[in-house]
Amino acid sequence: MYRQKYIFLLPGLLVLIAVILFPLIFTIRVSFSSWDVYNPGLNNAGGAMYARMWEDSRYWEALWRLSLLAVSTVLMQYVLGFGLALLVWREIAARRFFRVLFLVPMMTTPVVMSVIWRTIFHESLGPLNPILDALGIGAQPWLSQPGFAFAAVMIVEIWQWTPFMFLLLLAGLLSLPSEPFLAARVDGAGPIRTFLSVTFPMMGAISVGAILIRAIEASKIMETVYVLTSGGPGTSTETVSYYIYIRGMRDFQIGYSAALSLTYLIIMAVALTLIAKALVRLMVRGAQA
Amino acid sequence: MTTGTAMTRMFYATTALACAAGIAGAEDYSKYGIKADVPGICSYETIDAKDYSGRTLNVITHAIPVIGEPTALHAQQFQELTGATVNVVHVPFGDLFQRIMIPFQTGQQAYDVLFYGSLWLGDFNPYLAEVPEAYQQVSGMKAVTATYRGVASWGGKMLQYTMDGDRHYLKYRTDVFANPEMQALFKEKTGRDLTVPATWEEYNEVAAVFNNTDWDGDGAPNFGTAEVTKRDDLMFSAFISRVAPYAKHPDVKGGFFFDLETMTPLVNTPGWVRGLELFVNAQASMPPGGTSFGLGDEIFSFGGGQTLMSYSWDDAFIQAMQEDSPIRNKVAAAMLPGAKEVWNRKTGQWDTFDEPNRVAYVTWGWTSAVAKDSPNQDMAFDFLCFFANEGNTESDLQIGRFGINPCRDSHFDPAFYESALGWDKAEAETYTATLKSVDTAPNQIFDLRVPGVGEFMSSLAAGVARAQSGEQTAKEALDGVAAEWTAIVDRIGVERVREAYANVVALEDR
Repeated sequence: MYRQKYIFLLPGLLVLIAVILFPLIFTIRVSFSSWDVYNPGLNNAGGAMYARMWEDSRYWEALWRLSLLAVSTVLMQYVLGFGLALLVWREIAARRFFRVLFLVPMMTTPVVMSVIWRTIFHESLGPLNPILDALGIGAQPWLSQPGFAFAAVMIVEIWQWTPFMFLLLLAGLLSLPSEPFLAARVDGAGPIRTFLSVTFPMMGAISVGAILIRAIEASKIMETVYVLTSGGPGTSTETVSYYIYIRGMRDFQIGYSAALSLTYLIIMAVALTLIAKALVRLMVRGAQA
Repeated sequence: MTTGTAMTRMFYATTALACAAGIAGAEDYSKYGIKADVPGICSYETIDAKDYSGRTLNVITHAIPVIGEPTALHAQQFQELTGATVNVVHVPFGDLFQRIMIPFQTGQQAYDVLFYGSLWLGDFNPYLAEVPEAYQQVSGMKAVTATYRGVASWGGKMLQYTMDGDRHYLKYRTDVFANPEMQALFKEKTGRDLTVPATWEEYNEVAAVFNNTDWDGDGAPNFGTAEVTKRDDLMFSAFISRVAPYAKHPDVKGGFFFDLETMTPLVNTPGWVRGLELFVNAQASMPPGGTSFGLGDEIFSFGGGQTLMSYSWDDAFIQAMQEDSPIRNKVAAAMLPGAKEVWNRKTGQWDTFDEPNRVAYVTWGWTSAVAKDSPNQDMAFDFLCFFANEGNTESDLQIGRFGINPCRDSHFDPAFYESALGWDKAEAETYTATLKSVDTAPNQIFDLRVPGVGEFMSSLAAGVARAQSGEQTAKEALDGVAAEWTAIVDRIGVERVREAYANVVALEDR
C-alpha cells in the first residue's frame, strides 16, 4: 500500500524521461557512432569522435571566441541594463513609455533583427556608414574586417538583450524595501554613496540571477552570427553553436556534431557553475559582509 | 515482371487513353499561363486525362520563390488536372540537404518527389529511382543538352529529372567598355587597349582601374568587381571559377579536385594557389563590404549598376536585364576569363598558352528526382514530366525569381529572349552565345559530386576565407584544406570516393 504512492509519480516521471532524458541519452549514444552522410545509422565508433574533436583547433578557437563574446556582451548588458533600470526606477516623466520602449528590442525575433542589422551595417548600401561619414568619423568595414565584424556581433547582441537585463533589474529595484534608503538619506548619503552602499548590495542576488540567465543564453549565440557574418571574415566570428551547426546540418556529420555538442554542454555546465559560485561569493556574500 | 516494366506499360496505357481523350476535344489551357500546350505525353492535355483521385504525392522543395514557387504553382495545376493531392513542403536552403537525407538514411518514405541541388547526387544516388526510359524519350527531355543530361546521370543511369541548367559566366557593362573616355583612361593607366578580360589577371587589372570611380556619371562612386566572397554562401563556387583555368590543364586528364589514380587532393597545387592569390588580390577592387558579399549581394551589386564586372550564375544578368533596371541592355555575357599559364600536374611545370585556357564551370543547377522507395513512382514521374513540359518551362524561364535557367537546345535561341523578354538583339545574342559556349566547351569542370560533398566544400570555403581575411597565406590555407580533404577521404574510404569521383571525371574528360 505504502509503495503504491510511487505509482502516482509515474506519469510525471515518464514525461521527464521522454522530454529531457531521452534526447540527452540518444545524443550520448549518437556521439559514440560515426553517423554521417556515408555511414548512416548507429554503429559503434568508440571514442573516435571525441579523439577527433581533441585535435579540432577550429572547435577550440570557436569556444574561446564564444567565451570572449559571451562575457563581454553580458557584462555590457548588465551595466547598460542596470543604468536604464535606475533611470526609470524613479519618478520621471513618461516613465511607463520608456519602460515599454526599452523592451522593444527583446520582443523582436533575433533572426529578423539580425537581417535588419546586417542591412544597417552593409558597407555599400546600409545607412550607418553615411551617418559616420557625415559625423566625420568615416565609413568602417563593419562586416569585412575581423575586429569590426566581432564588434558588430557584439553590438547586435547587446542591443537585443540589454532589455532583458533591464526588465529583471527593474523588477528587483521595485521590490527593494524603502527603509534602507530612508536611513541612508537620514545619514546624509548622496546618490553615489547610496548606490554603492545600499542599492548595489541589495541587488546582489537578483544581479547574479540576471547575469547567469543571460550567460546561459549568450553561450548559445547562433542566429546573430549566422545571419550577420556567417562566422567570417575567415573564422573571426565563428562561435561554437555556429560551428556545430555547420558540422551537423551542413556537413551532415551527425555523430561528430553530437560529440561536439555534449562536450560543449559539459564545459558550459562546469563553467557556469564556477561563474555562479564566484558571483555569489562576490556580489551576495561579499555584499552581506 | 519488374516494377520498371509495369510502370512503362501503365505509362503507355494511360498515355493512349489520354491521346484518345485529346482527340475527343481539345481544351484551352492558356488559363494556366502557358503560351501553347505542346502535344506529347507531358502536356496539359495528356496529364488532364489522368485520374489520380484519392492518391497523395509528397514533394519537398526549396523555399519560395527560387524553385519553391514554380513547384507550388505546378503542384496546384497537377492537382487540378489529375485530382491528386499534392503536398509541397518548402524548406530553407540550409536545411534542405538534411531534410532529404535523414528520411533516406532512416528508411522513411517521407517524400515521393525531391527538388535539390544537382551536386548532391553523389550523396543521394543510392536512394533515387532511375528515370524510366519512356520519360527519357519525351520531347522536352530529349532536347536537354548532353551536358545537362550528364549532370543528371550517375553510373550510366539517369537518376535526376532535368528541369534547370546552371553555369558560371562573366558579366560586364557594355556601356563602359564601349565608352571612348573610359577606353582612353584605361589606355593611359595600363598602356593597353580596354578589352573584355580574357584572363583573370586582366580581369583584376580592369577592375582595379575602374574601381572607386564614377564611371556611370551618377555622382556616386562605382567599383570594379562584385564576387561571392562570403564563406558558407556559395563562395566556394566563385573560388573554383577563379582557379579552374590555372589548374585544369586541357591536355591533362584524370581529375581536377583529386588525382583519380592516387586520390591525392590537388587543392594545394600551384594552379590552385595562383587562383586563390588572384581571388584575394581582387578584394581591393570590390565595393565597400564586397569581401563579405553573399550571392544576393553580388546580384544586386552588379544588377543594380554598382560594379563593372561580375561572374556567377544567371541571376545578376537577369536582374540587370529586368524591365525596371537602370542598366537594362547595357550588359553583356562572356565565358569566364582564362589563364595563359596553366599548371601541368603531370610534368610539375607551368605550361604557357598563346590563347588563354578557358574552362567552363557547370556548377550547381537545381534538379528533381523521385525516391526509390516511393510507392507513387508513376504519379511522381508524371508530375516531374508535367513540371518540365515545354509550355511550363518556357513560361518559367521568363520569371527570374523562379530560378529556372536554360538547359535545352531551344533555350539558346536569342529570338526567344528578344520576343518574350524584350531584350535587345545584342544582349540576347551574347547571353545565348555564352550559354552555348559553356555547354559545348572542350574544357569543362563540374562540381565535386562525391559522398560528403558538403564537408569537402565547407572545408574549402573555410580555407579560402582564412586567406581572404589574411589569417593565412594562400599556400598555407590550401595546404590546410588538402590535409582536411585527405582526412575526409580516409574516413569515407578511398575506393568509395574514387568510384564516385570517376563519374565526375568521366563528364570532364568526355
